[in-house]
Amino acid sequence: MTKKLVLEESAGFDQKVIEYVHRASATGLYEIRGMGAKRHLPSFDDLVFLAGSASRYPLEGYREKCTTTTVLGTRFAKKPIELAIPITIAGMSFGALSGRVKEALGRAATEMGTSTTTGDGGMTPEERQSSKTLVYQCLPSRYGFNPDDLRKADAIELVIGQGAKPGGGGMLLGQKVTKRVAGMRTLPIGVDQRSACRHPDWTGPDDLAIKVAELREITDWEKPIYIKVGATRTFNDVKLAVHAGADVIVVDGMQGGTAATQTVFIEHIGIPTLAALRQAVDALEDMNMRGKVQLIVSGGIRTGADVAKALAMGADAVAIGQGILLSLGCNSSSYLHEGAHIDATADYNALGTAPGYCHHCQTGKCPVGVTTQDEELELRLEPLTGAKRVKNYLKTLNMELTTVARACGKSNVHHLEREDLVALTLEAAAMARIPLAGTDWIPGVSRF
Amino acid sequence: MESLDLHKISVRELNQYLHKELPNKNGVKKLEILNPDGMHSIAAGMDAPVDIDIKGHGGYYVGGMNKHANITVHGNVGWGVAENMMSGTVRVKGFASSAAGATGRGGTLIIEGDTSLRCGISMKGIDIVVGGSIGNFSGFMAQAGRMVICGDAGDGLGDSMYEAVFYVRGKIKSLGADAQEEPMTDADYAAVKELLGRAGFKHDPKEFKRVAGAKKLYNWNADANQEY
Ligand SMILES: Cc1cc2nc3c(=O)[nH]c(=O)nc-3n(C[C@H](O)[C@H](O)[C@H](O)COP(=O)(O)O)c2cc1C
Ligand code: SF4
Repeated sequence: MTKKLVLEESAGFDQKVIEYVHRASATGLYEIRGMGAKRHLPSFDDLVFLAGSASRYPLEGYREKCTTTTVLGTRFAKKPIELAIPITIAGMSFGALSGRVKEALGRAATEMGTSTTTGDGGMTPEERQSSKTLVYQCLPSRYGFNPDDLRKADAIELVIGQGAKPGGGGMLLGQKVTKRVAGMRTLPIGVDQRSACRHPDWTGPDDLAIKVAELREITDWEKPIYIKVGATRTFNDVKLAVHAGADVIVVDGMQGGTAATQTVFIEHIGIPTLAALRQAVDALEDMNMRGKVQLIVSGGIRTGADVAKALAMGADAVAIGQGILLSLGCNSSSYLHEGAHIDATADYNALGTAPGYCHHCQTGKCPVGVTTQDEELELRLEPLTGAKRVKNYLKTLNMELTTVARACGKSNVHHLEREDLVALTLEAAAMARIPLAGTDWIPGVSRF
Repeated sequence: MESLDLHKISVRELNQYLHKELPNKNGVKKLEILNPDGMHSIAAGMDAPVDIDIKGHGGYYVGGMNKHANITVHGNVGWGVAENMMSGTVRVKGFASSAAGATGRGGTLIIEGDTSLRCGISMKGIDIVVGGSIGNFSGFMAQAGRMVICGDAGDGLGDSMYEAVFYVRGKIKSLGADAQEEPMTDADYAAVKELLGRAGFKHDPKEFKRVAGAKKLYNWNADANQEY
């Protein structure tokens, strides 16, 4: 008689942890991967809208106007940015993404009247040509950073941190440091590039103010300057960014995606977007800066509902990374070639994964040609097809956003407000400072 | 010679003049800036081949992102002088504070006195010549370009450096991870001679030693026993 197998999994040492210890023991190096946190976190899913009813009336979905125009950079910049929708494309580097993807993003953003953003590695001609509104990042590495591109940009984003890796620097593994990428970054071809986590020419908030002023001087005070922080001590960071003279503050929560970061950062550093957004709004209100300094929030924004909730909580706009990759075909079982779907499952398997589970952007072997520098693989993403898909995705989010806003009786998506929301869980209620549904209880603020 | 007085105009007005009006003016090839009084971002973002004399001390980011201009500071400067310079020359007659020439891509930065921490950090092609000594953590992650140090270097010189090369005449307190001393070749002596000549410093190239990256951190390696 075969012995009965007793398979009681340990909660502490579950399959994931066993796999982790085995991997660490085999390699002696920490794991580096792409995408965002995989663990469960309190999120916008834990909030719902209270739409119009007898006490408030909704707007007619198909007839009544609902404005989505979003203006960023009204504090100091001579030329603020006007976007048609409050949904922007987050900074993703050329190096992480191919030039073809950059072109696709620029085209989609331009057609939708929104902005796209460069990344750690500089500005490519592809993205400048295809993007009507391009935000130029100034990162600690300063790879590819130069005054000519700075002057060509429509806004400047000074990156202090990313939600996926607050306190950590950039990474691009050797497979992706091809001749062109290495040339733009002034690096030897094929190095496992680690970049600095601190800016080279300033430390601390007082210096930051001087740095911001220098960028303004160089660009004659024309361009909006954003300051991007990874969500940690968000209340203080937002205040310091305001003090430093930011026109726009970007807060990136811990769910935020990345092309390559140590897993220990992705899963264990930073606070969820929900908590960070509330702290950021608190900070702006505390300084009487709501509406004067605009707030962009990112990190795990996927749907129109997420956008609507972010706006209701006080964001002026959102930025999206992972959702954009998915819209391009990331984690899809096939890619499109001349109208035909070509199966890519085997390529996922070769990376040790499967469609729906992939986070292997760091390898440069993206099965659908999105996060790659490989000459053959990048052909799997056709810029025009990619642009159409990204445009469709953004359009859908925007339609969802306006339909929710109308249901809440708002003729402008920026009129969505905290009073439109309730929370489904205690955690979300406490973090977002939104009452638990069916009660007027906000943990930490009022008594049950 | 044209004089611009920072007691009479703001830095913003000065820079806008330098960026927008100066390039269209025929004949102005040389100008001086009076009363800089340690103000920040003086002559930042230049994009014209003019000679600028700053008559006094500058604050942070003097000549930041410079292209084409030749800027001389007749005094000391704060952080990030000539940061991310592309071309042209910035000469500091006195001392420079931290992060001098940070991320510079081209041109020449000459500091006649000493400079503080992180000189040449993340440099990407600039030539830096320092008459005196440089502070700790200089040349961190230096990617390309050359730095000549006529005095001493502090702790951690060239930590995690890539392809930049440093020439040091005095003592090196310590080298950073992956930086190593290497023998001087004829090409190195010639390079030092040329750079000293550019700066107007009279030392014998034979007195200099070469520091460059050992390239052991270029790729991940569990056995390298280094912090990544
Ligand atoms: C492939 C990829 C590359 C990225 N590269 C950069 C970068 O170069 N600079 C930066 O500030 N953030 C970078 N990010 C982070 C995004 O700008 C943004 O903060 C994040 O993606 C937002 O979260 P989400 O991905 O959940 O939408 C990258 C993200 C991804 C997915
Ligand atoms: S499919 Fe491509 S973009 Fe998506 S996670 Fe995998 S490697 Fe990254």
